[in-house]
Amino acid sequence: MISLTSDVRTPFHTLPAGPKLLGLCLFTFAVFFLESIGGALAVTGLVGLSYLAGGVRFAFQGLRLMRPVFWVALIILAYHLAVGETAPGLVVALRLVAAVGLANLVTMTTRLDDMLAVVERLLTRVGMPQRTRHRIALAIALVIRFTPVLAEKGGALNEAWRARSVKRPGWRLVLPFALLAIDDADRVAEALKARGGEI
Amino acid sequence: MERNLTMIALFAALIAALGLIPKFTLASGVPISAQSLGIMLCGTVLGAKRGALAVLLFLGLVALGLPLLAGGRGGLGVFGGVTVGYLIGFPVAAFVTGLLAQVWRDRGGWILPAVAALVGGVVVLNILGIVGMAVKLDKTLAEATLLATPFIPGDILKCVLAGLITQGLQKARPGLLQA
Repeated sequence: MISLTSDVRTPFHTLPAGPKLLGLCLFTFAVFFLESIGGALAVTGLVGLSYLAGGVRFAFQGLRLMRPVFWVALIILAYHLAVGETAPGLVVALRLVAAVGLANLVTMTTRLDDMLAVVERLLTRVGMPQRTRHRIALAIALVIRFTPVLAEKGGALNEAWRARSVKRPGWRLVLPFALLAIDDADRVAEALKARGGEI
Repeated sequence: MERNLTMIALFAALIAALGLIPKFTLASGVPISAQSLGIMLCGTVLGAKRGALAVLLFLGLVALGLPLLAGGRGGLGVFGGVTVGYLIGFPVAAFVTGLLAQVWRDRGGWILPAVAALVGGVVVLNILGIVGMAVKLDKTLAEATLLATPFIPGDILKCVLAGLITQGLQKARPGLLQA
């Protein structure tokens, strides 16, 4: 499955994942207290510049990821213009773009295994027993493996419907779709048990 | 033991896969994202604890950077967005739905699971989502509620579907809901 990590190498890729995530938490918290347009503009500009530091292609990838957020920001702005509160509206929209922008930057420059390593370290530190951690790791691996499998089976169901009906497939497909997932879960559970079980 | 884990994992994958298939439109023209239907089914089929864990697992993978939310969204950015209240609400919604569905489990039919989905997946979810929007956008709760209203009719339809699908699953795999 394709993750959102960018294939363009940037200086941010080499930073360790833990501090990046901690920095993001602090930043998201701090951005919330921005009240002035100047401050909000400066912070958002800084986030934009960090994207450019990764090169033009990287910046465009980032823009694509941000598209839904820009729409929301535009709607917020339009609403505030309509009720005549332009300045606060601009601050709210910029805050949103800055917070989501930096979060996406961290996602785009941190590989999935590095993220998983941070989670593993955190869970160890809060004293989660090893057995539980192993079960979480197995569950994560199963989801990553089975999402494309289920999506493919859903596609097959869709085709089977279309071969038999002129109507568009609708919610009726969700029932057999869920049934496929349940039966897969049963089979995987049996396979795990057969290979030693007790995870 | 193994079955609990694989059911949680496969339902998390089911929520993700439901986000990948295109939205379907009902006769009335209301588009339905199948993903929130998946959240309701987690509650009605898996029950409170396993249902909430499945949703948490799904959200965890989204946070780690997999584009599993409907429309291929994902990454840490979505937790900074306007809809963060809804994301936080997802596992709570599955938990409440599951709690009610477990209590009403033996009575059968589609109405009770639909009501469970309505309480958890619409009422509880929207309360958290609206509070999230109000905080994120610096709006009053009334204004945020206005923004959520257009989606309510579709959500109520989804509850009925969740009820019907749960009943269908129970018929197809009789031992499913007793586990």
